[in-house]
Amino acid sequence: MSAARPGLAMHDVTVTFGGLTALSGVSLEARPHEVLGVIGPNGAGKTTLFNVACGFVVPDAGTLSWRGRELQRLRPHDLAGLRISRTLQGLGLFDRMTVLDNVLVGADHDATSGFWSALLSLPRASRDEARLRGRALAALDELGVASYADRYPASLPYAVRKKVALARALVSEPELLLLDEPASGLSDAEMADLGSLLRGLTDRMAVMLVEHHMDLVMSVCDDLVVLDFGRVIATGSPAEVRDDPAVQAAYLGNAVDATPEA
Amino acid sequence: MRRLLGQPLVLALLGAVVIIVVLTGVDDFRAVQLTQMAYLGIAAGGLTVLTGLNGQISLGHGALMAIGAYTTALLLQDDEPTLPLLAVLVVATVVTLVVGAAIGVAAARLHGPYLAGATLALAVAVPGIALYFGDTLGGEQGLRVRVPDPPGWLLDAAYFVTGQDLTPSTYVAFLGWFVLVVTYVGLAHLSRGRVGRRWRAVRDDEVAAEVAGIALGRARVSAFVVSAAAAGAAGFVMAVSVRLAAPSGYSLTLSLMLLTAVVLGGLGTLSGALVGAALLTFLPQVITDAGVSAGLDDIRAAELAPLVYGLVLVAVVLLAPAGLVGSLRLAWHRLRATTTSKGAT
Repeated sequence: MSAARPGLAMHDVTVTFGGLTALSGVSLEARPHEVLGVIGPNGAGKTTLFNVACGFVVPDAGTLSWRGRELQRLRPHDLAGLRISRTLQGLGLFDRMTVLDNVLVGADHDATSGFWSALLSLPRASRDEARLRGRALAALDELGVASYADRYPASLPYAVRKKVALARALVSEPELLLLDEPASGLSDAEMADLGSLLRGLTDRMAVMLVEHHMDLVMSVCDDLVVLDFGRVIATGSPAEVRDDPAVQAAYLGNAVDATPEA
Repeated sequence: MRRLLGQPLVLALLGAVVIIVVLTGVDDFRAVQLTQMAYLGIAAGGLTVLTGLNGQISLGHGALMAIGAYTTALLLQDDEPTLPLLAVLVVATVVTLVVGAAIGVAAARLHGPYLAGATLALAVAVPGIALYFGDTLGGEQGLRVRVPDPPGWLLDAAYFVTGQDLTPSTYVAFLGWFVLVVTYVGLAHLSRGRVGRRWRAVRDDEVAAEVAGIALGRARVSAFVVSAAAAGAAGFVMAVSVRLAAPSGYSLTLSLMLLTAVVLGGLGTLSGALVGAALLTFLPQVITDAGVSAGLDDIRAAELAPLVYGLVLVAVVLLAPAGLVGSLRLAWHRLRATTTSKGAT
């Protein structure tokens, strides 16, 4: 609540699928310049929470607000206009488009030329394309994968594809970045790389991530929300959460003891 | 130089030169065939954008051509034309575009086989409408199309450039290829820019496209509308060429032919659509001639054409699933990739 400009806030969000309660009275806030981690055992409701934040799932009760304004009837394609970006668990790259085109799709919302100038290929459209192209290349370059711009995703190593997906999310210069398991499939070295990258992003935006890898979560996040059976069972800094007996019982258990202290 | 050659307008100018050279050198029979290639090419170009770039399948593009053709016929009933021919083209295109928008809105909610089914219904229904409203639309016999004579200045200009008088068939052929070039330039501009990128993104991954800010419905409808407009223009050229708009010309067979042309040439490429249209137009003739010279009688030789066409289609799908042009492109990309990686090491 300290930030002058509030980020994404969920208040008392409840989601049920048929008889199953996926989320029950969940409240949280993703603040600017901070990384919020959402953790919890499988089936705890993490993905549902993400889908609520993106408009894929409409909550049965509760409110969602962004920058202090309540979001009603949020639809996924509205996100870009709200300067919210999200990565997908399965990468979701466009397989038959080059890496550069993939990232350009992420910048599409900021295009200023429309259908007719594209049809006639007016100078306006060409200038606009050149500008977006420059931004897309800069986003790829920032993640060190600009050399793959002309390649197709299927021919690239997984870690590179992950960075392309991230570049596509970052090219729109979001104020909130939602990352769905950003570390899955990465090696330890790549994960450390990702960690420092995410810390660097907080200069510009709020970050909220769902993640299984405790090392990453503990080292990167400012705040954690722990879900279990659709309820928030703990919140706080990584250290507070780690010492919380309820969390240990529900989720971390021996995993914490097994993790070597840094 | 390569960049320049890749520009649609530059390609169009080169194409225009080739078209003028070819069309001045052919007899009326070939001119009619080339007009057929043009209207099949225009419709196939629109379809390849829809199916190849946006992933929507349409079995109804023959019916959309019929809408353009009947609009043309209705406007060209009198001996003294009320509208200049290019205005008729615009009206035919816009009418088809509007119908396409209505279908596109419905189609945007459908996927794969369901979309194929819905557009199939269109292909079956449109000829039926022509029969039902027989008084206005001429029923089984169809409507005659009275093509106005070319304007005097055009005849003079044609004589000045080619040194020959413009026959009616060559005039229509020029008209058809003019429409094709304009359509292809527009389609190429759309598909290489922002609009085409949105279509392709929706085709490849709906969720990712949506998260990136693309409204799926709008992208699908716009692809369908653009594609329908091309089909309407193709219907105009066909009506002007065959001088008739009759239900039999726009049966399901036409829709299927367009789809096979697009698959043969390679989904999503305009050059592929043109190659497919050329095959559709000329392959039957070539096969029939070959059959006759191999000693078959005329009827047997004519029956050979669909067989060979079917075999070519099966062979392309099995051996070159990216289509003729698509496979060539893939081979070229591979070649370039290997040479550049060699150069790097």
